[in-house]
This record gives sequence, C-alpha cells and structure tokens, in this order.
Amino acid sequence: MTSVELKPPIYGILAEFDNSDDLVEACKQARAAGYRKMDAYSPIPVEDLDEVLHLHDNRVALFTLLGGLFGCFGGFGLMSWCSAIAYPLNIGGRPLISVPMLIPITFETTILCAGLTAAISMIVLNGLPQPYHPVFNVPRFAAASSNKFFLCIESEDPKFHRHDTARFLESLNPDEVAEVAH
Amino acid sequence: MITANSYSLSTEADATLARLQTRSLVVGIVGLVACAAGLVLSPDHFFRGWLVGFVFWFCMTLGSTALLMVQYLTGGAWGMVIRRPLEASSRTMLLMAVLFIPILFALPTLFEWARPEAAYDAVIQAKTLYLNKTFFTIRQFVYFGIWLVMVYLLNKWSLREDADRNIYYAKWLQRISGPGLVLYALTLTLCTTDWVMSLDAHWFSTVFAFMMLSGQGLSTLSLMTAMVILLAHTEPMRSVLTKRHTHDLGKLMLTFVMLWAYLNFSQLVIIWAGNLPEEITWYTRRMNNGWQWVGLALLMFHFVVPFLLLLSQELKKRPKLLTFVALWIIAIRLVDVFWLIEPNFDQDQLRMHWMDLAAPIGIGGVWMALFLWNLRRHPLMPVNAPDLQKALNHGRHH
Repeated sequence: MTSVELKPPIYGILAEFDNSDDLVEACKQARAAGYRKMDAYSPIPVEDLDEVLHLHDNRVALFTLLGGLFGCFGGFGLMSWCSAIAYPLNIGGRPLISVPMLIPITFETTILCAGLTAAISMIVLNGLPQPYHPVFNVPRFAAASSNKFFLCIESEDPKFHRHDTARFLESLNPDEVAEVAH
Repeated sequence: MITANSYSLSTEADATLARLQTRSLVVGIVGLVACAAGLVLSPDHFFRGWLVGFVFWFCMTLGSTALLMVQYLTGGAWGMVIRRPLEASSRTMLLMAVLFIPILFALPTLFEWARPEAAYDAVIQAKTLYLNKTFFTIRQFVYFGIWLVMVYLLNKWSLREDADRNIYYAKWLQRISGPGLVLYALTLTLCTTDWVMSLDAHWFSTVFAFMMLSGQGLSTLSLMTAMVILLAHTEPMRSVLTKRHTHDLGKLMLTFVMLWAYLNFSQLVIIWAGNLPEEITWYTRRMNNGWQWVGLALLMFHFVVPFLLLLSQELKKRPKLLTFVALWIIAIRLVDVFWLIEPNFDQDQLRMHWMDLAAPIGIGGVWMALFLWNLRRHPLMPVNAPDLQKALNHGRHH
C-alpha cells in the first residue's frame, strides 16, 4: 500500500426534506438500511427523532441530577452549619436546625444548581460554541434555521459509499441531495 | 365512518367489567353489613369511620366532575380517553348524597360545635352564626343540589351528542364548564370546611380546602388511569389507547402529587413560622403520640416515592407499572383522609378502629359497583366529539 487515505474525500451526503414526518421516515429507513453515523437537522424540536436515531446519550440528565443533589445537600448543609454551629441562635424555642424553614431555600439551591449544570453541560457536551461545521458548506443548509429538514449520512459510516448512499438518499423523495465538503 | 358501535364495549370488555362489578357489590354489601354491626356495637367509631370512607370516595365523585369540566376547557387527548369513565364516576353523585344522610343524624357525635358543651366555649360561640345545625343542614342540601345539576347537565349533553351530531352540545358543555369550575372551587371550600376542618372548630387554615382539591385530582386521575389501562386489554380501548395517552395521564398524576406536597408544606411552614397557640394545635396533635409516624409515612409514600417513580418517562409509558403507581396512590389517599380526620377524635394516641377500614370498604364496594354499571351503559368514547379523531391520532404516525 503506497497511499494511505487519511480522510474520506467528503464529509458526507446531505438530503433535504420538506417536513418533519418525511425526515423521521427517512431516518427510519436509513437505520433500516444499516447506516449508523448520521445526524438530523431541524428548525424545530421533532418528537420521536431521538428514538428513531437511537440517540441515548443521557449524560445531561445525569449531570443535572448530580448538580441538583449538590445544591440540595449543599444548601441545607450550609444553613444548618450557620444556624447550629457557626452562630447558634434560639428563635422562639424552635430547634437550632429548624427543618421546615430550611426547605424553601434548599429547594431554591437545588433548582439553581440543577439548572446551571443542565445548561452548562448541554452547551459543553454539544461542543458549543462551534463556529464551523462541514454542513455549512452546503448553501441551502441555511434553511435548517427556518423551514427545511436535513439528514446527513456521514462518510465515516462503514456502510458509506459515495454513489450508493447518494442513490439511497434520492430514493427517499428528498427535495435535494448534496455532497458535503469538509 | 365512525358509528356509535365502533366504540361500544366488546363482549370481552363488558364481561371484565361485569365480573368486577359483581365482586365490588359483594365486597360492598359485606362491608355495609359490618358497618351496620359497628353502628350497633360502637356508634362513635362507626360515624368516624363512615366520615373517613365518605370523604375518601367523595374525592372520586366530585374530582371526576371537576376534571370533566377541566378537559372541556383545555381540550387534549388525555381528557378524551378518560371522558366516559369520568362521566360514569360523576354519576355516583346521587349515591354520595344518600350516603351523606347518616352524618346529618350524628352531628354531635362528630362535631364539637354541635355538642352542648360548645355553649361554654367562647371561640365556638363566636362562630355559631355559621356553625349551627340548621345552617349546616341547609348548606348540605345546597351543595348537593349544585353538584347534582352540574353532573346532570354534563352527562346529558355529552350523551345527547352521541345520539345526534349537533355541534352545539360541545359548545354548551364548554360554556358551563367555566362557571362550573368556579362553583366547584366555592362549594369545595365550603364543604371541606364543614366536613373536615370544623371537626376542630377552634382551628383554621385557608389552604385546607385546596389541599383537598389536590387530593381529589390525584384520587380521580389515579383511578381513571388504572381503569383505562384495564380496559385496554380488550376492545374498543385496545385500539384507542396509545403510549402517549398513558404518558400524559402519568404526567398529570405527577403534577397533582407535587401540588399536594406543595400545599401541605405551605400550610406547615406558615404555621411553623407563626408559632401561634391557636394555629399549632393541629400539628402538635399530629406530631405526637404515634401520629407523627402517619405523617412521616405520608411524606414518604404520598410524595417522595410516587414523585420519584413518576419522574421516569419509561415508567409512565409502561401500563403495568403505571397501574401499580396509580393503585399505590389510591391506597395512600385513604391514609391521608384518615390523617386529616381521625386525630381530631383520639388525641392521646394513634388508634385505629376496625370501622376505619370497614366503612371505606363498604362504601367503596357500592361506589365501584355503581361506577362500573354506569360505565357499561354507554360507548367508551364520545363518538361525535369534535376533536375525537385528533385525540385518537395522539402518538400515531401515518
């Protein structure tokens, strides 16, 4: 072997659809045809798309749970430490750790930490901010922000074949099929 | 074209319901015989148990009426699939009115303000304008009058809609639902004050009736969810019910679990912060002498456990697990009603009398039998409802 192909010549092949139902159907068929490395792009959240594409990455949920637990125990612990150890104060004969009074703040710190970890982990795990992505090379892709739906089968997929995959995508009744340069 | 026949109960479904109806009736009759024995042996405990049983099952009856009106106002596929069960359950209102009669004969047994000693109690004396036997009785007739008219109209127009396809019925149902819900909130506040809060005539809480409202929503949704899932084993519900429907019902149950906890906690934190002698009695009674374990059990099994279980999307889409949670909630609702009512009587320590179980079982058996009998009499879906097709397509791809 003299030449080693470091990268496939193109990033993938992009098919454009008119509505979300066609996109979901196309994803289903692509899955059925054996393609795995692909992604769908849509201007609106499309229900079922995650199931059809088998996107089971729940790390955001896990991080949110951990953030929430941190906020819960952190908030409650901080208040308990303040009112029972650092500055014990008898308020109307109530116990030093006056549990019902601590619940609202505990709730708030739980939500705060869970919300922040959810937002931050979502942004980081999505690889955002991302100024460049190969699909931007297809001019019509701008419509993914307004009214068109896209499915991109990537060239890293073992089943990917520049001509067969293009022909396969054409068979799904898309509006357009285009090659995506790197 | 859809005809009424497409949604009539299949013979299988009817047989399932008929079997359940017979069993309920037998259980109910046995329970009521036990109640009669209790009335003779220990009238005080009979009436306490009867009040617990009545309030517990009444949650289903009035809760169904309210949810019917909510779904007419908001629309939504969840409401369409449980509409007929809700109607069947609301039609137990007349039975509840009859079952309330014994309480009218036992006012001094149950309510401290109706006893002769109340004449020497300055606090109760200041409230006699509202808390007296005559006005109490008149109020009960007014409440049940309002509820019976609501139930009558909601059922009449919905069933008329099945017979002829006049779209005006849908409009009328929607129009009475708005004012109906306002009336519901007012009558619920008053009847909860009368039946439960006035057991301790010295104490007051403005969020109390709302706690009952959240309980009614929870009881009703749980029963309806269990019911439609049971029906989904057979036609016509088998081809109607989708995962999306049970998912939605599960989400609503979760909402009501949280609402219940929120309102209960609001009452606790306000009284705890105020720490006033006339307010804290309700909690000092329930935080001592064994009652604290009931309270702790409610916190765990009425809130924490169902809350954590219902958080899971997977669980809400699995009919069997969702039925389990629904039945769990119905069972713990009885404990909640017990906890609201009983500590007013046995203040020195936690006690349970066998009437506290016999009465809810007796009333419940008869209630279930009537509910199932009502349910079997009409098609399971409102065939001419304007949004029916949209509701059926919920969660299906074409």
